[in-house]
Amino acid sequence: MPANQHNGYTEYGIGLGLRVPHYRHILANKPTCAWFEIISENFMVDGGRPLEVLDAILEQYQVVQHGVSMYFGSAGKPDRTQLRRLKNLVKRTKTPWLSDHLCWGSVDGSYSHDLLPMPYTREAAIRTAEKIRYVRDFLEVPICVENVSSYMEFHASEMTEWEFLTEVVERADCGILLDVNNIYVSSRNHGFDPMKYIEAVPHHRVGQMHIAGHTKFEKYILDTHDHPVLDPVWKLYARATELCGVTATLLEWDDKIPSFDEVHAEALKANQFIDEARAATVQHDRN
Amino acid sequence: MYAAITRPLARGDRTQRRWFDGSSTARAVAKLVKPSRTLRPVERVEIYNRMYWFRILDSMAQDFPGLKALLGDEKFWPLVERYLAANPSRSFTLRDLGSRFEKFITREPKLLAPYFEAACDMVRFEWSQIVAFDGPSRPRLTKRQLAGVDPGKLRIALQPYLSILTCRYPVDEYVLALKHDGALRAEASNAVAERVEAKQAVGLLERGSVLHIAVHRVDNQLYYKRLEPEAARLLRALRAGRTLVEACAVAFSRSKKDEPEQAETIQRWFSLWTRLGWLCAQE
Repeated sequence: MPANQHNGYTEYGIGLGLRVPHYRHILANKPTCAWFEIISENFMVDGGRPLEVLDAILEQYQVVQHGVSMYFGSAGKPDRTQLRRLKNLVKRTKTPWLSDHLCWGSVDGSYSHDLLPMPYTREAAIRTAEKIRYVRDFLEVPICVENVSSYMEFHASEMTEWEFLTEVVERADCGILLDVNNIYVSSRNHGFDPMKYIEAVPHHRVGQMHIAGHTKFEKYILDTHDHPVLDPVWKLYARATELCGVTATLLEWDDKIPSFDEVHAEALKANQFIDEARAATVQHDRN
Repeated sequence: MYAAITRPLARGDRTQRRWFDGSSTARAVAKLVKPSRTLRPVERVEIYNRMYWFRILDSMAQDFPGLKALLGDEKFWPLVERYLAANPSRSFTLRDLGSRFEKFITREPKLLAPYFEAACDMVRFEWSQIVAFDGPSRPRLTKRQLAGVDPGKLRIALQPYLSILTCRYPVDEYVLALKHDGALRAEASNAVAERVEAKQAVGLLERGSVLHIAVHRVDNQLYYKRLEPEAARLLRALRAGRTLVEACAVAFSRSKKDEPEQAETIQRWFSLWTRLGWLCAQE
């Protein structure tokens, strides 16, 4: 299950998000790291320093692209100029799979630069799946869609978020980037059982996982990516790993970023749960 | 819903209480959005409304730190908010958010008083840094490409990432004084914040004689370089597609230098510009 068609049949282990404050350390010291996830949009440029850094990273590390602007859930076809830039980057990085979010965020060519939750309707699922297929066919690379954290729900929804995610990925025949922190954040904001979510998604489609920290406010939880991973999220990760198998996992830390070593050490805590999942599998096979 | 999320915030960074038709926003939003155990529908939308504005305002502040220091918070934030309300992002990347800022502010002298001219110089200067940071480059012109070509027919292009600015204010000195540690822009739009010490720099920005500033990059690091007026004219003429002979004539049309001196100057400039990689063949 870990190496599947949705992650290009790779077994990448535990990776980190490539972030500016770590550039100098990574380029100078070449620390051990199984892989880096890059934000595609930061490198969809024509030249200069970003591409120089990327090329230096590509010489040493495996890189996977993660996008924030494809807006599979927005109405209308994807922008062809954007797609061409993305495809050029795909060729440069040779990313084995590419991820973006199950959300909307642009209307008639205007961009919110946010990951907005969708109404969970069948019509939206059909339209979104079509768009994912279109993008995949254009880019010629497997796609995993990520569940977003959210702070609002719509009356128009006809199903739960996990039913919607399942409907979309089955129709698009694509993978899932399962963000267990986002599931936890949304579960607290909307009042559902996060374990039910984890158990319901099609596990064979999970090509990658995200873990991250969040911030609790009085009335809601915000997905801030500025903390270590909290215990409830590790519990969800453990269960997801048990159900999906050992899957490429990425720690997101985007604000108040500590040293590379500190972020890496936090990510490697996932090994504990991976080992437990492996041990459980061995025990299961013996029985 | 998109209009509700991208609508300018009201006082106190709250969602506007009135909907577009003058009715209650809370009531209008409640028709679309469910309440949670702790939040009313309008409060849930407000989270997104705030995040939208905080994100794009912050992006502009990162891209135009010199303008922010020059104007101060009281003038900068309302100006940027008006710009963004009139010019919502039309690009998948925040990098392009300020691309129409110069055009916008030239129409808003009242908002920028008494800093209008200085602010216009600063915006052009800071936008040119974004272009120099990640703009496209083309293969440099080689000596072999120049050898034996009739200067009367030779047309030379400039690197697309190179900007040649004319300013009345020493914005380059001002911005350098604002840099905390001399580190230049790290990553346009998604940039790490640069700490600014506005008070130290304010005294530097006084209107002076016309300045010509090249904003460029060498080994992917940003640099600014002041140019002699004739050099700026020559580069602009080349960019406009004039032949080398025509561009030189334009450059020295008002010069008192004699021909041998002009020839020596041109040779010196081209030697430098070639080393800096500014020149490339026309497409």
